[in-house]
Amino acid sequence: MSRSYDRALTVFSPDGHLFQVEYALEAVRKGTCAVGVRGKDTVILGVEKKSVLQLQDPRTVRKVVMLDDHVCLAFAGLTADGRVLIDKARIECQSHRLTVEDPVSVEYITRHIAGIQQRYTQSGGVRPFGVSTLIIGFDPHDAIPRLYMTEPSGIYTAWKANSIGRSSKTVREFLEKNYADDLDEAGAVKLTIKSLLEVVQTGAKNIEISVMRKDGEVKNLSLDEISEIVVEVEKEKEAEAERKRGRLAATLAAQGGMLESGAGATGA
Amino acid sequence: MESSFAITGKDYTLIVSDTSAAHSIVRMKDDEDKMRVLSPHLVMAYNGEPGDTVQFAEYVQRNLRLYGIRNNVELRPAAAAAWTRRELADSLRSRSPYQVNLLLAGFDVPSSRPALYWIDYLGTLASVPYAAHGYASFFVTSTLDRYHTPGASLEEGLELARRCADEVEKRLIVSGGGWKVRVVDREGAREIKLREGQA
Repeated sequence: MSRSYDRALTVFSPDGHLFQVEYALEAVRKGTCAVGVRGKDTVILGVEKKSVLQLQDPRTVRKVVMLDDHVCLAFAGLTADGRVLIDKARIECQSHRLTVEDPVSVEYITRHIAGIQQRYTQSGGVRPFGVSTLIIGFDPHDAIPRLYMTEPSGIYTAWKANSIGRSSKTVREFLEKNYADDLDEAGAVKLTIKSLLEVVQTGAKNIEISVMRKDGEVKNLSLDEISEIVVEVEKEKEAEAERKRGRLAATLAAQGGMLESGAGATGA
Repeated sequence: MESSFAITGKDYTLIVSDTSAAHSIVRMKDDEDKMRVLSPHLVMAYNGEPGDTVQFAEYVQRNLRLYGIRNNVELRPAAAAAWTRRELADSLRSRSPYQVNLLLAGFDVPSSRPALYWIDYLGTLASVPYAAHGYASFFVTSTLDRYHTPGASLEEGLELARRCADEVEKRLIVSGGGWKVRVVDREGAREIKLREGQA
């Protein structure tokens, strides 16, 4: 009977929670990690690529997608839900161009996607989208890079840098410690890769980076380019670790010296 | 007044539109662009009912762009023409049909061949080596019949286009204002001047 599908699936709990939405966020936490970083005049999206199974064609798995010439999106969570949301957003981008003869602003399309996600938390017979998205781009005729995030609840927020998906908390804390305003492109890319390396143990081959510049050009870094930066990052980490070891050794040596002379003094 | 014609050559398609926008006896504008670049290798020139024309042209433009973004590949000229024709055919059988005639000029990258389609408001589709719509068609069709050669170079094509434009300017009672010319080849679509010293 169709009447049974009119009932809402997302209802309030006695203490004011929408459990379905919170469970959707859990689903997002199971998805592969995605990171967005805003630089001075570029914005970077980095995603963790799941290892391709042996018989699988790697070209069919794309995690960073273009919504329009000047807007890109990466999502974490249920891939199929993401696909549907992306298609709706793409249609809206063209529809907007048709009606107002202007490309969408990044905030507009984010608001639109968030609106769709919210609608599915307040409709009969449907469940929320199990997807969080990171949306990057430049507004038309503008040079300021933008980064937004949407959640299954339909909340959308603007960020300087953020991460979603697996271990997003770890990555976000790393970004909070290491983010600096006005990073140039190389700096922003390096920060993105460094933050992803916190999560992705297997290195460059499981990382995908997209760089967007204000002319709307989107560049996907090749595996070689990413590997190069990863190697650089590892070297820096090594050097830092070496320095720490050196300092520790020096401190111990100094302490040892003090103990000896102290013992000698008391002994004597 | 509304004139457009197009010519295919060795590895390009030339498409030419007049640029005057008139309302009854008044010429409102003489630098109107009556074409839309639908995708990197496809240009469409439109004629017909004012309003319907731009509405339909932009509708086609946006849908082809959506296809490109969704599928990460450009729709080939033959497919784009088929889709456009289908839209016009459906429109014909609706309450208020679009009264738009189109010339679809493109370059089919996979086969490296120029493409040209003549489409009218009834949903007629013809793949042709050269074509014209509007008042120009009365004069230009016979000129092109006489002087067109397949496999002509771009210079020869422009020469032929100039011949056609001259014919229209000479014999059509109303001035077309000027001509807007675009060429579509492997590199994409770009504007080109019909005559030196022309705006």
